[in-house]
Amino acid sequence: MSSNGSSDALLQVRDLHKHFPIRSGILIERTVDVFRAVDGVSFDIEEGETLGLVGESGSGKSTTGYCIMQLLKPTSGSIRFMDTELTELGREDMRRMRREVQIVFQDPYASLDPRMTVGDIVAEPLVVHSIGTRRDRRSRVRELLDVVGFNPGFTNRYPHEFSGGQRQRIGIARALALSPKLIVCDEPVSALDVSIQAQILNLLKDLQRDFSLTYLFIAHDLAVVRSMSDRIAVMNRGKLVEIGPAEEVYTHPQDEYTQALLTAVPIPDPRAMKERKAARRKLRHALAEG
Amino acid sequence: MALLEVTDLRTHFFTREGVVHAVDGVSFAVERGKTLGIVGESGCGKSVLALSIMGLIPRPPAKIVSGSVVFDGSDLVRLREKELEDLRGREIAMIFQDPMTSLNPTLTIGTQITETIRRHYDVSKQDARKKAIELMEEVQIPRAAERLDDYPHRFSGGMRQRVMIAIALSCDPKLLIADEPTTALDVTVQAAVLDLLDDLRHQHDMAMIIITHDMGVVAEAADDILVMYAGQVVEQAQVLELFDHPEHPYTEALLSALPQIEGEGIRSGRLTAIPGRPPDLIHPPEACRFASRCPYANANDTCATVMPELREVRPGHQVRSAHPASERAGSVVGSEVPA
Repeated sequence: MSSNGSSDALLQVRDLHKHFPIRSGILIERTVDVFRAVDGVSFDIEEGETLGLVGESGSGKSTTGYCIMQLLKPTSGSIRFMDTELTELGREDMRRMRREVQIVFQDPYASLDPRMTVGDIVAEPLVVHSIGTRRDRRSRVRELLDVVGFNPGFTNRYPHEFSGGQRQRIGIARALALSPKLIVCDEPVSALDVSIQAQILNLLKDLQRDFSLTYLFIAHDLAVVRSMSDRIAVMNRGKLVEIGPAEEVYTHPQDEYTQALLTAVPIPDPRAMKERKAARRKLRHALAEG
Repeated sequence: MALLEVTDLRTHFFTREGVVHAVDGVSFAVERGKTLGIVGESGCGKSVLALSIMGLIPRPPAKIVSGSVVFDGSDLVRLREKELEDLRGREIAMIFQDPMTSLNPTLTIGTQITETIRRHYDVSKQDARKKAIELMEEVQIPRAAERLDDYPHRFSGGMRQRVMIAIALSCDPKLLIADEPTTALDVTVQAAVLDLLDDLRHQHDMAMIIITHDMGVVAEAADDILVMYAGQVVEQAQVLELFDHPEHPYTEALLSALPQIEGEGIRSGRLTAIPGRPPDLIHPPEACRFASRCPYANANDTCATVMPELREVRPGHQVRSAHPASERAGSVVGSEVPA
């Protein structure tokens, strides 16, 4: 799959592989096989755009995100970000680089330390990178919370006092603290109810506009990805099966798997669903036989 | 007479913090062979409602404080536990969101299916096994005979849900309650399971209640729809009517909060978020429970102090709101909304 690579892209991923060993045996463990979670993935992300990465569970979309964040070490391949090869960076250099790449996680219940106050959670990246005085940080935290629509008066409270949507705002404020260029959003709304999901998606759009952010937006919900993305990449079993402008991929999907994925989505329109149901049965049979 | 008739059902949870009005005066009916979709967000009471019908609510802290659940002529709320046990599985079956936690990991699939069959029918082990294989074939589990002696962990999420459906069908129930049956599944697997449920309900002439947060799922699977909010029914109508002419401001808001998969200007547009949160069900307001989030309610409206009744705005279309779409200034029901 070509990735229309212009050399000035903010992020360039080339032939990325992440393999996990499958071990067997008692006492003496040996590797019997590898699981190719990410199996030769290449794409670019231009500054200021959102690339949506969709796929079903086990497709490798989150693993790809973690490799870009260097939370997982890729087996092979190249990840160039702001003209720096991330896979070759030492610990200290990568730590500095993390100021520019941040992540928002799926589960706002698990990703916030329950023993830290909201203020400390948002200030933590600033502390780690020794930015500002204590006083500077305090005012920066209030500013960040205000930006994400979280009451800055609640900095001394704990995460468990807040709902899922509010917690996700805290997670977003933390990701913004170091003014990063790229934010990897890993299923940021899939734990939220529809009405709250809309609030968070709108917030992410506003922040992108106001701070010229670049997003890698990873999600399994095809409608959510469509609403956020300029371009969309579809993953299946570790491979990128299709990538292109959002509208193009959704209206003229080239890959058979993309087609099956798109027709499988139930849409809130009972009349249109009649046709979709017939179409998806046909595609499923075709895929099963082909 | 309807197969299931729920009238003014109230299930409350008696907790240390206070009484949670989880299901608060819900009434509806399910006709034989029809599918009712119950849709709502987390905490609206839809799952507690299902468990109340099945007599499976945890007692204590929960208690059905009033109302009736009349199934095929008998009131389930008043049945003794023994009678209810005979009914559950045979007449009414239920499948849950997470097929892993509802299957016993230490027993083979075959044991779990035949157990249900032999609980309700006087058949030999061998006949029960034969029936189990037929059921697994019916729910399209490949190589059914070989897989009968496998343990649940050997099955994928979609296959486990098929096993649950096979168990549910084993006694030919008249009613199947499916609580978020496809929420834990991938979208292509979800489609396959929904298609299977659709086929089975026709073949078995079974009524179904499908509980979900997903408007797309009810749009495809349900004949009638019930929208729940904060423990109450806020809108009820036949499926086409509900999607063509949603009346309750909450239903309208839910539909416009959904990102679209088809159309133009999706990337640049904003979604219509619903401000605020649902009310606390320990101290629910006397007023309309949606009033504080409703774009049409004013502080001096009666709905800010008095709970609106569920009322019929068109034949078969009920709504609990002082500001249904058809009664707002300038609205003409039945006219096409210009694109």
